[in-house]
Amino acid sequence: MSEHNLQQRNQRTLRKLLIWAVAMFGFAFAMVPFYDVICDITGLNGKTSTTASTEGPSQVVEDRTVTVEFITQRGEGVNGDFTSATRRVEVHPGEITLVNFFASNPKSSDIITQSIPSVSPGEAARYLHKTQCFCFDQQSLAAGERKEMPMIFYLDPELPRHINTLTLSYTIFDVTDRVAATNN
Amino acid sequence: MSTAAAHDDHHHHAPTGLKRWLFSTNHKDIGTLYLWFSFAMFLAGGLLAMVIRTELLEPGMQFVDPEFFNQMTTVHGLAMVFGAVMPGFVGLANWMIPLMIGAPDMALPRMNNWSFWILPFAFLILLSSVFMSAFGAGNPAAPNFGWTFYAPLSTEYGPASTDLFILSVHMMGISSIMGAINVIVTVFNLRAPGMTLMKMPLFVWTWLITAFLLIAVMPVLAGAVTMMLTDRHFGTSFFNAAGGGDPVLFQHVFWFFGHPEVYIMILPAFGIISAIIPTFARKPLFGYASMVYATASIALLSFVVWAHHMFTVGMPLAGTLFFMYMTMLISVPTGVKVFNWVATMWRGSMTFELPMKWAIAFVILFTCGGLSGLMLAITPVDFQYHDTYFVVAHFHYVLVSGAVFSMFAAAYYWLPKWSGVMPNKLLGELHFWSSLISVNLLFFPMHFVGLAGMPRRYADYALQFADYNFWISIGGFWFGLSQLLFLAVCVLCAMKKGEKAPARSWEGAEGLEWEVPSPAPFHTYDTPPVVK
Repeated sequence: MSEHNLQQRNQRTLRKLLIWAVAMFGFAFAMVPFYDVICDITGLNGKTSTTASTEGPSQVVEDRTVTVEFITQRGEGVNGDFTSATRRVEVHPGEITLVNFFASNPKSSDIITQSIPSVSPGEAARYLHKTQCFCFDQQSLAAGERKEMPMIFYLDPELPRHINTLTLSYTIFDVTDRVAATNN
Repeated sequence: MSTAAAHDDHHHHAPTGLKRWLFSTNHKDIGTLYLWFSFAMFLAGGLLAMVIRTELLEPGMQFVDPEFFNQMTTVHGLAMVFGAVMPGFVGLANWMIPLMIGAPDMALPRMNNWSFWILPFAFLILLSSVFMSAFGAGNPAAPNFGWTFYAPLSTEYGPASTDLFILSVHMMGISSIMGAINVIVTVFNLRAPGMTLMKMPLFVWTWLITAFLLIAVMPVLAGAVTMMLTDRHFGTSFFNAAGGGDPVLFQHVFWFFGHPEVYIMILPAFGIISAIIPTFARKPLFGYASMVYATASIALLSFVVWAHHMFTVGMPLAGTLFFMYMTMLISVPTGVKVFNWVATMWRGSMTFELPMKWAIAFVILFTCGGLSGLMLAITPVDFQYHDTYFVVAHFHYVLVSGAVFSMFAAAYYWLPKWSGVMPNKLLGELHFWSSLISVNLLFFPMHFVGLAGMPRRYADYALQFADYNFWISIGGFWFGLSQLLFLAVCVLCAMKKGEKAPARSWEGAEGLEWEVPSPAPFHTYDTPPVVK
């Protein structure tokens, strides 16, 4: 084989491998939407729907009681209160329930907050339907304000039998800077 | 001048001194650079480990504050994985692959020079943050989030030096990818006539497969740190829950890189052991083809097991079962390898020269580490073992008494070829026995404290772990000091002090690399050998 041919062959192999490397770099980013799709399908990581459920429950399963617990956490930069009116409720699947959450802003400036829900066990996430939730939108809190934020939900009557307790966790984040950055 | 030496038109007036090393396109020189660099990083990373073990010698806080301790564990991991183990294997590949397949050099010598010379600067950037931290200059914190740099610890909560870390990981990645491309192009295009794929030495095979793994996953790591960078500075929310992202996504992206990465660090070791055991058992390798297929199976399986690192994030049962079974499946091809090595030794005329001692220690201790890996794969028990010293024990058994021991084996085996003199026997024996005993004193008790619940990455521990930790630390200092013996062995060889080595430096050694004189001349195989 002549030297020239070999050089060409080397270049060809090199190009193929480089394309592969670049494609794999792209693949890392493709994992992001792919992950979201997987989460939607499987309820992986306890993500609940980010939009309000428009359909009501088909029936109320009176002979079954499920405990729903609420956890609230403050993310980085939030120093006000963030609690729920009750820490646990006992509901029948299909029963529409309202729970009030409270957030306060002790700062001297207005803030915008975003609450992020998560359900444990993750498997239960897609059986939790919310018809109204403060987490669907950003909530603004004026300086010194204490705000009541309702959340209305029901459990799908199809909730698997082995799930007797599920925990709905909210983390509240201060997204004021983030919103300001986007608006600019 | 023949074949692929077109890049090397001036090769009979090679520059000398510093220029020789800076501008080198010679695979042997670059291999040597890689190996010394790897050893320097091994000592630097080891020094950080000594800080960790000094603090953990006794319960309570004595020497460093917890913040600095976290920086030590982080940079120790990064320096060992990306600075010592990976470049060490690339150095061996550079030296040995062309010699083993009868090629005059690597296929892309200029790129080879680049891929090495990026590395020292990458580590200069990373380690500079440690110096700044240790001497209190600037924002006094090196990366402190563990070598796995989980978000949001490394994004929202990362110190300013995280950006140095990101830059240096990018550079390491580029270096690795270029090195890997070079190996593949060399193996595909530069094999001597008659050297068919299924005649290649297993070291070449395992490296070829490793190179494919590298090209597949190093860009994913680059993607992960790029996402971190944009999350930190450009307002994206890949891993930020507040903006709609998900920190758990980071773990998926990271371990999609991270699991193949651990095979990147062990497959070349399999190749080395498969070269050494037949030599000193004076029998051809048992089950050559099955070794090749086993290596390929391990590589393929490595892409579908990543979530076993994150069983505790809360996955659906079906998911954990899938990853558990896939992980356990890996022990089948790995077991094939171990049995093949044992079968090679069976009824062989074994002698126990230094490389063989390291190789046998590798087989036993690596299997030990593999077994604890199998325990960790079981989802329900992983909930107990997760993030304890049991995990630390597991991956140090496979990485230190696995990968690092294999590199010692390789060094003792090929040092005669590299330097022309046999490694010093007395120092070598001392190094081996001292390392073998201390490595077990260092890592074996970690299984016990881990099972008893001692968490990893803490600067302090409960009193009940005090005795074990004392001995672990003693083992650590002992193991660290033992490596200075290896430094002495290498320096003696580099100074050509020792018994002159013949071309075939070991009696039973087979392969093209033993056909060229020792030390291997600057240029070999200007005319390709013919392989029968």
